[in-house]
Amino acid sequence: MKYGRSASFLTGENQGCQRYGPQTGSSPSSCIFWSLNLSDSMATYLEFIQQNEERDGVRFSWNVWPSSRLEATRMVVPLACLLTPLKERPDLPPVQYEPVLCSRPTCKAVLNPLCQVDYRAKLWACNFCFQRNQFPPAYAGISEVNQPAELMPQFSTIDYIVQRGPQTPLIFLYVVDTCLEEEDLQALKESLQMSLSLLHPDALVGLITFGRMVQVHELSCEGISKSYVFRGTKDLTAKQIQDMLGLTRPAVPVQQGRPLQPQEQPVISSRFLQPIHKIDMNLTDLLGELQRDPWPVTQGKRPLRSTGVALSIAVGLLEGTFPNTGARIMLFTGGPPTQGPGMVVGDELKTPIRSWHDIEKDNARFMKKATKHYETLANRTAANGHCIDIYACALDQTGLLEMKCCTNLTGGHMVMGDSFNTSLFKQTFQRVFSKDFNGEFRMAFGASLDVKTSRELKIGGAIGPCISLNAKGPCVSENELGIGGTCQWKICSLDPNTTLAIYFEVVNQHNAPIPQGGRGAVQFVTQYQHSSTQKRIRVTTIARNWADAQNQLQHIEAAFDQEAAAVLMARLGVYRAETEEGPDVLRWLDRQLIRLCQKFGQYNKDDPNSFRLSDSFSLYPQFMFHLRRSPFLQVFNNSPDESSYYRHHFARQDLTQSLIMIQPILYSYSFYGPPEPVLLDSSSILADRILLMDTFFQIVIYLGETIAQWQKAGYQDMPEYENFKHLLQAPLDDAQEILQTRFPMPRYINTEHGGSQARFLLSKVNPSQTHNNLYAWGQESGSPILTDDVSLQVFMDHLKKLAVSSAA
Amino acid sequence: MSVNQQAHAGPPYGQPQPAYQRYQQPGYGGQQMPGVPHSQYGVYNGPVPGHQQPAPPQGYFPSLGLPSKGSPVSLNSDTSSLAPNFIGPLRTPPTSGAPPPTSGAPLPVGQPAYNQFGQGDVQNGIPASAVQMQRPSVSQPFIPGSTPTSISQLSSFQQYGPSPTSAQQLTNHMARMTIGSVPTSAAPPAGLGYGPSTSVSPASGSFTATGSGLYTPYSSSQGPPPASMTHGLPPTSLSQGVPLAQPAFSGLPLSMQRLPSQGPGYAPPPSSTGIGPSNYPSTTGAPRPSTMQSPPLSGQALAGLPASQPNHLSSPPPPQQAMSGPHPGPPMTGLQGPPPPPTHPSQPGYQIQQNGSFGQVRGSQPNYGGAYPGTPNYGSQPGPPPPPKRLDPDSIPSPQLSELPPQQKPRHRIDPDAIPSPIQVIEDDRNNRGSEPFVTGVRGQVPPLVTTNFLVKDQGNTSPRYIRCTSYNIPCTSDMAKQSQVPLAAVIKPLATLPTEETPPYLVDHGESGPIRCNRCKAYMCPFMQFIEGGRRFQCCFCSCVTEVPPHYFQHLDHTGKRVDFYDRPELSLGSYEFLATVDYCKNNKFPNPPAFIFMIDVSYNAVKSGLVRLICEELKSLLDYLPRGGNLEESAIRVGFVTYNKVLHFYNVKSSLAQPQMMVVSDVADMFVPLLDGFLVNVNESRTVIASLLDQIPEMFADTRETETVFAPVIQAGLDALKAAECAGKLFIFHTSLPIAEAPGKLKNRDDKKLINTDKEKTLFQPQTNFYNNLAKDCVAQGCCVDLFLFPNQYLDVATLGVVTYQTGGSIYKYTYFQLETDQERFLNDLRRDVQKEVGFDAVMRVRTSTGIRATDFFGAFYMSNTTDVELAGLDCDKTITVEFKHDDKLSEDSGALLQCALLYTSSAGQRRLRIHNLSLNCCTQLADLYRNCETDTLINYLAKYAYRGVLNNPVKTVRDALINQCAQILACYRKNCASPSSAGQLILPECMKLLPVYLNCVLKSDVLQPGPEVSTDDRAYIRQLVTSMDVAETNVFFYPRLLPLTKVDVDSDALPAAIRNSEERLSKGDMYLLENGLNIFVWVGVNVQQGLIQNLFGVSSFSQISNTMSTLPILENPFSKKVRSIMDMLQAQRSRYMKLIIVKQEDKFEMLFKHFLVEDKSMSGGASYVDFLCHMHKEIRQLLS
Repeated sequence: MKYGRSASFLTGENQGCQRYGPQTGSSPSSCIFWSLNLSDSMATYLEFIQQNEERDGVRFSWNVWPSSRLEATRMVVPLACLLTPLKERPDLPPVQYEPVLCSRPTCKAVLNPLCQVDYRAKLWACNFCFQRNQFPPAYAGISEVNQPAELMPQFSTIDYIVQRGPQTPLIFLYVVDTCLEEEDLQALKESLQMSLSLLHPDALVGLITFGRMVQVHELSCEGISKSYVFRGTKDLTAKQIQDMLGLTRPAVPVQQGRPLQPQEQPVISSRFLQPIHKIDMNLTDLLGELQRDPWPVTQGKRPLRSTGVALSIAVGLLEGTFPNTGARIMLFTGGPPTQGPGMVVGDELKTPIRSWHDIEKDNARFMKKATKHYETLANRTAANGHCIDIYACALDQTGLLEMKCCTNLTGGHMVMGDSFNTSLFKQTFQRVFSKDFNGEFRMAFGASLDVKTSRELKIGGAIGPCISLNAKGPCVSENELGIGGTCQWKICSLDPNTTLAIYFEVVNQHNAPIPQGGRGAVQFVTQYQHSSTQKRIRVTTIARNWADAQNQLQHIEAAFDQEAAAVLMARLGVYRAETEEGPDVLRWLDRQLIRLCQKFGQYNKDDPNSFRLSDSFSLYPQFMFHLRRSPFLQVFNNSPDESSYYRHHFARQDLTQSLIMIQPILYSYSFYGPPEPVLLDSSSILADRILLMDTFFQIVIYLGETIAQWQKAGYQDMPEYENFKHLLQAPLDDAQEILQTRFPMPRYINTEHGGSQARFLLSKVNPSQTHNNLYAWGQESGSPILTDDVSLQVFMDHLKKLAVSSAA
Repeated sequence: MSVNQQAHAGPPYGQPQPAYQRYQQPGYGGQQMPGVPHSQYGVYNGPVPGHQQPAPPQGYFPSLGLPSKGSPVSLNSDTSSLAPNFIGPLRTPPTSGAPPPTSGAPLPVGQPAYNQFGQGDVQNGIPASAVQMQRPSVSQPFIPGSTPTSISQLSSFQQYGPSPTSAQQLTNHMARMTIGSVPTSAAPPAGLGYGPSTSVSPASGSFTATGSGLYTPYSSSQGPPPASMTHGLPPTSLSQGVPLAQPAFSGLPLSMQRLPSQGPGYAPPPSSTGIGPSNYPSTTGAPRPSTMQSPPLSGQALAGLPASQPNHLSSPPPPQQAMSGPHPGPPMTGLQGPPPPPTHPSQPGYQIQQNGSFGQVRGSQPNYGGAYPGTPNYGSQPGPPPPPKRLDPDSIPSPQLSELPPQQKPRHRIDPDAIPSPIQVIEDDRNNRGSEPFVTGVRGQVPPLVTTNFLVKDQGNTSPRYIRCTSYNIPCTSDMAKQSQVPLAAVIKPLATLPTEETPPYLVDHGESGPIRCNRCKAYMCPFMQFIEGGRRFQCCFCSCVTEVPPHYFQHLDHTGKRVDFYDRPELSLGSYEFLATVDYCKNNKFPNPPAFIFMIDVSYNAVKSGLVRLICEELKSLLDYLPRGGNLEESAIRVGFVTYNKVLHFYNVKSSLAQPQMMVVSDVADMFVPLLDGFLVNVNESRTVIASLLDQIPEMFADTRETETVFAPVIQAGLDALKAAECAGKLFIFHTSLPIAEAPGKLKNRDDKKLINTDKEKTLFQPQTNFYNNLAKDCVAQGCCVDLFLFPNQYLDVATLGVVTYQTGGSIYKYTYFQLETDQERFLNDLRRDVQKEVGFDAVMRVRTSTGIRATDFFGAFYMSNTTDVELAGLDCDKTITVEFKHDDKLSEDSGALLQCALLYTSSAGQRRLRIHNLSLNCCTQLADLYRNCETDTLINYLAKYAYRGVLNNPVKTVRDALINQCAQILACYRKNCASPSSAGQLILPECMKLLPVYLNCVLKSDVLQPGPEVSTDDRAYIRQLVTSMDVAETNVFFYPRLLPLTKVDVDSDALPAAIRNSEERLSKGDMYLLENGLNIFVWVGVNVQQGLIQNLFGVSSFSQISNTMSTLPILENPFSKKVRSIMDMLQAQRSRYMKLIIVKQEDKFEMLFKHFLVEDKSMSGGASYVDFLCHMHKEIRQLLS
């Protein structure tokens, strides 16, 4: 409150070096912003948002917060943010000491630039609970000119390296399906062998193979390769598995002597998990000798694949040996689990694997049981701080629907491809081990995210690759959005792109207004195991202004981040779609959209033509339109596996990628000018253009009819048409650029007018021209789409009508 | 048999018949003649020999035919049966003396000639034997002497006095003997001739039928009885003519001495035996010879008995019996010879005396009656001891009793030499029947003893190597069978190994439609099928159903009704052959895959530490090249797999394409499975290097193991699953060290409790702890998974439970308690080699079909049965034997006899599906005597042991023992009652063929299973119980009555083994070394006074005290003695299916206790009775039954 008036509309950094001391608190400079006109403010907000995102990895749906619960709920789009906890910050060197915590046991917020500091008394006041705290002895030399980094505004996000406990190397446990075609298996073996070279020599690796049986390979054997074999049909408890693997030494060592125990521990585990530098050769040979599952598969049968047990054993193995240490279980599977717990489909080929249709009809016999099995596993894995990756390469479904929780709850990767012998898999897999500018893996483990809020806010929940840690606290809301009821989540694995959506609730009562210029603050504390095995803590503290929605609505409106809002709403929608019927979710989305338009649109009642939206909202309906058509909400034409796959990625990618997923980007290449983005609309499909579409999951290069003919005619090979050659090449190069960086690597589709693969493009564009209205639109532009879907235009018309309707 | 042999000896007496000799066999006559007993024997050849026995047998044979074998052997309680007979006769003579006359009448009739002959013979014989006689006489003298001392004897003398008459009778008998002998001499061949005359009697009916005629013979035989009388008198008579009967005398009086002397005597007897045989031939053909011999033996024995027995008899209460026994012995003779003669005359009285048994008996057996007449004599004879009493007809029973005391006193000891000696019986059979091949063409022939080396010529009946029966003459009715209590059983060893001189069964292929079978009972084509209607149909020999001959099998018949291709087709002309099975005979209608061997090695701490693991691995490396090949294949079709285990299992992938083996650990023992398919079972040649590498590494891998717990059931399950997955049958070789206490199915707890011994709960020690293994076994059998178990326990590991699967799958158990590399390596490796290499059939089903009238009702052995007829065997090797018991369900006819067909369907080690067929035809009889004459005691013991050993599972051991004793008592009592000539109840009369039944039975009763000593572990008992259940006759024979060879008597220049001696400590001399083998162990016993030179030569140490007990093999020394002993050992080892453990025992050393345990004629530490005591006890039992 003391600094409330002095608080800037934007955060301090924006204003240069302003600091938040009592002295500066009274500065009136902030007022200037109030006079900004809308367009200016727009520009400023965009910058602000971008700056914030770059520095803190945070995007809020609202950047000025309505100051009361009532107003907040009327805003339709909840107050929420997209948080990328480990956003790469090459410019941010970690500090090598422990963070200073608020001493109030229920708070424990980290000292941050928003705190008031009394340099003379060597005291600081927590900006969340207002507790006054002593600086620790190490801060004795602190003064206004000698501030620790965490007090500097540019360190609103800061990394601490802390020394806690023994450092254990990273662990990679390969779980490999051997029921593959020879070719696939070969390719997979090569990929795995390659991956060994990418690992740190100290990293521990393990290998489990499975088919009809599950084999846990002991890697330290000389002369004879040894493995423990488990029946693929029997669900074993963690204890049984550990007993059978000899991971539990019953009482014997204890009796014999205490000092032995610590030594014994690594000895035990080392049989199955060995540092790569020790068993590099062994493992390479072992992988080389890996045979296809030898059990005969009779005609008309699927191979018996014990994925469920294999995973269970992998989880049990790590659970018994390295709990709470960063570890990846990497599952490579070439088909659906066909036996044992977690089986998804029987081994009779005549019974196809479940489809959405079956699921709707409640015809998927194994789904519930399997899902439960994998959920149990996922929860155990998450509890141990390990993660599961699934690399599923098969032409048919592989049961990702059932297994999705394994990745979704543990932050693991899910990769879906047609074959292990494709660059899609190979490149993607390689990219798992990509390194950052420091030469460290872009992965972190066992993170816990702790969110602290000002009193006016409470936490509704989070959506992302995390599980709740069930930490109740004063800042936890009773109304859950996403995974709620907690202020801490566990994210077992995360990479620099991993993004969580976090939803808040304004709890300030309308009759207790926040003083002008008051600011709300949120602190994100992420503790994690860095890929260098260090323990680190990243603390991000942000603050936003409060505004009274009744008289300052335009400020709030202007500070709306429609992109973030679209993604946040989409996540909510997708999250609901996992458990609710598709149409219900769509209806909910529609209603939200309509209410938003009603709230922020400018219109005359019952006059659709008068409807206008401000710039900060202008794209939002379009996002919603494409979201409604997206595979995240529509299951038509998608298998359950595909839906799961898409949703998995949608729930973890950052804002930019998410937007691409919602509304793919379409570039046009032609002789009429440089490449340009064009509308994702059927009208953009012209004969003399090359189109490049990026849907995140696919990169489609589409040659217009004329271009395709030219190419067939071979003009590009003629010296005089070198420009044509360049034209053809340009989208390829751009596509390559995308392919190089994206994870997972998109499906790369090179097609042309009339090509069968063109469907990827046609299914995404707005069907402004269809067989229904083709002739009304004239021949010139674009090509018609054979669909009954409504076009954006129709959608907007309806939206306007509904928004302005007084009946609504 | 042995008895019979003795009887043969009798024949020797028969020789006395030398008269016959005159006819043909002077020698014999001479010798045997001496056996005066001839007189008695005369009647029976048997009697003669024993004096009594030999002669009697003959006599009987002729007359009784059957009796020849069976009856002859009656033992006096003390003396061998023969003697009794003789004695009987002798005694009879006295009384019968008069009788003779009576009988004489009959005798005269025929006798005259006989008499002449006989007498002549006798005399001749006597003279000839005179010398011998002296000995015998000496021995007899004992008897007599003793007897004399005893009033009874005196009386006997008196009787003898009469006996002289009897002597005459004897002569008569002799004559018969001679006759018998003559025939014998002409014997075997001529025998027929005799046979006819005398042999007529052989025919069951013989006695009766021959009645008169017989009598004549009897008379002659009676004559012999007198001879036997001589026994009592023997001395006298013996001395006179009997002397010849040396055997008898020798046997009687000087048991020991005589034996030797007899031996020789016997040797000759053989010829006489031959004669006997001749008689027998008539009845049984070949068998006779043995009987002939036996008689002599018995004679001896008898002789011994009478003499000593009487005394002995008198001494113990049984003595009375014994007394009687001895007398009985005579009775025997009496029966044979004497009876007839005296019978008539004295019979009445005697009969009265004998009333109880004999009288009735007689009644029952008319023919016998005839013969019995003699028996009455017996009565009198038995009397001999009590002669006086006998004289008092009525007094016999009580008198004897009363007398007994006196007798007992004097007869405190029964002369062990006087009782039937297994050694002698074996020797005689060997001498008599070992020389020429056993031709199987004739129905109901009794084969030579298992201890005899002989060749077999298959002429339509299967070789005794495949099937042996307890009796080759089956009672026609169940009443008879019940009455006799003789179990009808066949001991079948379907895959027995044949000596190289004999041809293995031919393989017959009947084409796609499979073997020709009867439509109704499904019996397979065999030589007994009758082709009719010009060969278009055949009538089943089992069920009489008529079946069309398939066109492709049609063949014309010749004028005799034989198919023209008779000799071209093994299934028409041979007793044993094989059919190639068609797909219909295969599981799931698919031809089987070649079988697999899986080696499953315990690698727990104990196994590794003892060096066992390394040893096995090393051995396997070379052993795998010697897998059975099944015929002429270049390499074995058998695939191999490897598993090691402690509380988890390790499977190995040894696929040929691998650079190194892969090990796969399965820890989920609760739910066992096989983790790999391809690469687990491999061809040895293809995967040679990988396997070698594996076997190199296994010991290394587990060298530091600290795991002490093991599992067991999962190991079997794993093997079973592996075979299932590979869709083949096979064998698991499991090398296991400890009680499986690790948490897993089939986990066991230590439940050993010695306190249970001799309680009602003792049986639980033999029962498995849990049913789990039974169910597992069932699964194994269904898959054809045979389990061989090698155990290396350091403590109790519950063989009774662990062995269940092995047992029910037809596997073998080997046990090496406290395995130590140095001492047990050789034995284990030899066993392993043999076990791996031996031919074995898998996934087998055996079915025994029989003629209508009898039915296979009970089966003993290592197998599983899911219904009441089919014996299912997961595996069946060449050493495994199945004993089958038959019961009547209808009447049999003498004409058609009884047929057995044993069909074994199995998969050969080459993976070929085959049917092995064994056919055997047996005679049927309406006379009990025939039954008793055609029995085989060894087989009987085999059956009884198995029966008893199974019994202990459900009954207290005591009950089992009592039942056993009771049954034998009944068998013998029935004989006594129905077949033996009437005699005093105090006489023990044993059938010639069952002469050894008491001694062998006693061995069974004293065996570790039925009467454990304190040092015998529960595991050992269970182990032995299982072993015995699969033993064949030869194995049970030596197992229960070990072979004891005096090493110092070895003739280093000859190939022959030294003559065995009886298993009694008194026979050991301090200055000698002995070798004892029982099929499991070889002991070398060294007396304290053995010459140092010998010790040096054999053990390579300079003195007795330096001989080490821990020696597991004899040192290889270059001297003739050492070489010879070692070659004997090698020879013995080669004869047995298991490598025997060598144990050196020094006299008066602590190990001697162990050794003494095997001296089965002595009292055992655990309370087992001595032979003599048991015989007395037996006699008592019989008497109780008879009264």
